[in-house]
Amino acid sequence: MSDKTMTADEVVSRLHSGMTLGIGGWGSRRKPMALVRALLRSEVSDLTVVSYGGPDVGMLAAAGRIRKLVTAFVTLDSIPLEPHYRAARERGAFELTEIDEAMFMWGLRAAANRLPFLPVRAGLGSDVMRVNPGLRTVTSPYEDGETFVAMPALRLDAALVHVNRADRSGNGQYLGPDPYFDDLFCEAADTAYVSCERIVDTAELTKAGPPQTLLIKRHTVTGVVEAPHGAHFTSCAPDYGRDEAVQKTYATTAWPEFAARFLAAEEGA
Amino acid sequence: MKDVTRAEYCVIACAEAWRGDGEVLASPMGLIPSVGARLARLTFAPDLLLTDGEATLVRPDGTAEGWLPYRQHLAWVTGGRRHVMMGASQIDRFGNQNISCIGDWERPKRQLLGVRGAPVNTLNNPTSYWVPRHSRRVFVERVDMVCGVGYDHAAGARYHRIPRVVSDLGVFDFATPDRSMRLASLHPGVTVEQVKEATGFELTVPDEVPATREPTAEELRLIREVVDPAGARAREVAS
Repeated sequence: MSDKTMTADEVVSRLHSGMTLGIGGWGSRRKPMALVRALLRSEVSDLTVVSYGGPDVGMLAAAGRIRKLVTAFVTLDSIPLEPHYRAARERGAFELTEIDEAMFMWGLRAAANRLPFLPVRAGLGSDVMRVNPGLRTVTSPYEDGETFVAMPALRLDAALVHVNRADRSGNGQYLGPDPYFDDLFCEAADTAYVSCERIVDTAELTKAGPPQTLLIKRHTVTGVVEAPHGAHFTSCAPDYGRDEAVQKTYATTAWPEFAARFLAAEEGA
Repeated sequence: MKDVTRAEYCVIACAEAWRGDGEVLASPMGLIPSVGARLARLTFAPDLLLTDGEATLVRPDGTAEGWLPYRQHLAWVTGGRRHVMMGASQIDRFGNQNISCIGDWERPKRQLLGVRGAPVNTLNNPTSYWVPRHSRRVFVERVDMVCGVGYDHAAGARYHRIPRVVSDLGVFDFATPDRSMRLASLHPGVTVEQVKEATGFELTVPDEVPATREPTAEELRLIREVVDPAGARAREVAS
């Protein structure tokens, strides 16, 4: 079985400008911040970012790395409005594909199932249709004849996710209450990189939690990065909660100033 | 018993949204709707399901009784066994709601949260709204971005329903021939003029507007001693 361990910088060396990049987690929860930090240290730019957005989006937007964002929201949870994302949007810094949370999920599912689209009862009647003129509808071929949005597959060139534990071959385990959509991001992507708090022997995984906590399957994973505190300052339950003090500093500090500290810091600092 | 505060009338008005819903998930956004949902569960709606705001279904005392991660929560939305009370940065006379941005979407004057789950919610499960500060900035003639779908945009969608809108001034519904907003009750101490003044569109006002009902002594006790003993509700709506 292949050893897929690599460093965050090795992950980023496999990413290119212009890629479509999916980022796991949700809001300010279990974001792969060590990988995002490595990405910010690189020259990779012109990205299409697909994310249930949190500070990952805020940082990449502030740093001018995003050409297009696909999202349903961007929030820091305890700080409802992401200030760096807001500022970037208000200066028209990038293109936005704004879709509903459920449409987003079905887009990932379509990609994971190699389907061009999946029908979803969402979006119709709302301005999601107005601001995304490329969205099409389908009519049920059965007696009900209902019209649905044909949510196109959100196929990703690469996915970045963070979990609590993983083994060297890419089996990833979450120990918190919610898997979010991290397994789907990996399945929807051509390549997927999983950072984790700790790499353990495969036999160790089921000592920490039952088999159903083994969220990410190794056949969907390209690289595994051991990154203790790798979701910081977002939460990574049960290993740690959100670092509200650092998050507040992030939200209230001009990006170049915060970036100078954040990008220079060692992991977990 | 001390005088009932405005925040407590709001709690009662929010709780009433879930009356008669049966065994469905109550999803409150915001503090006063959360207090209202728990109060309803503890009194007249004992079958309601509640979450802890993360992935756990809980009883009112916090005991876990189930697991509801986001992926399943979204399935419950589309399955319809849920009644959400969402916020609204803007809402119009037909119940179209906006939480995405203010101004032109291409380059907004103020970027807000994003559409979140409002489009899927409003086409699938009953969606009520809570507005802690009723003003012309919120109750607008036309929302800048339709996130939650109102009665005119829903075009008779089979599962679309907006049971009520609760604000710090009163309760509103859509019981009019054209499904536009109607004043259903006034919180005690509020006048019709005050509501009209704070509303940016023409509201249907019946000849007789009832008052939002009084809490019972037991409901007041539960609000004050059990559900919100720290009195956080007063920070969302001052008395």
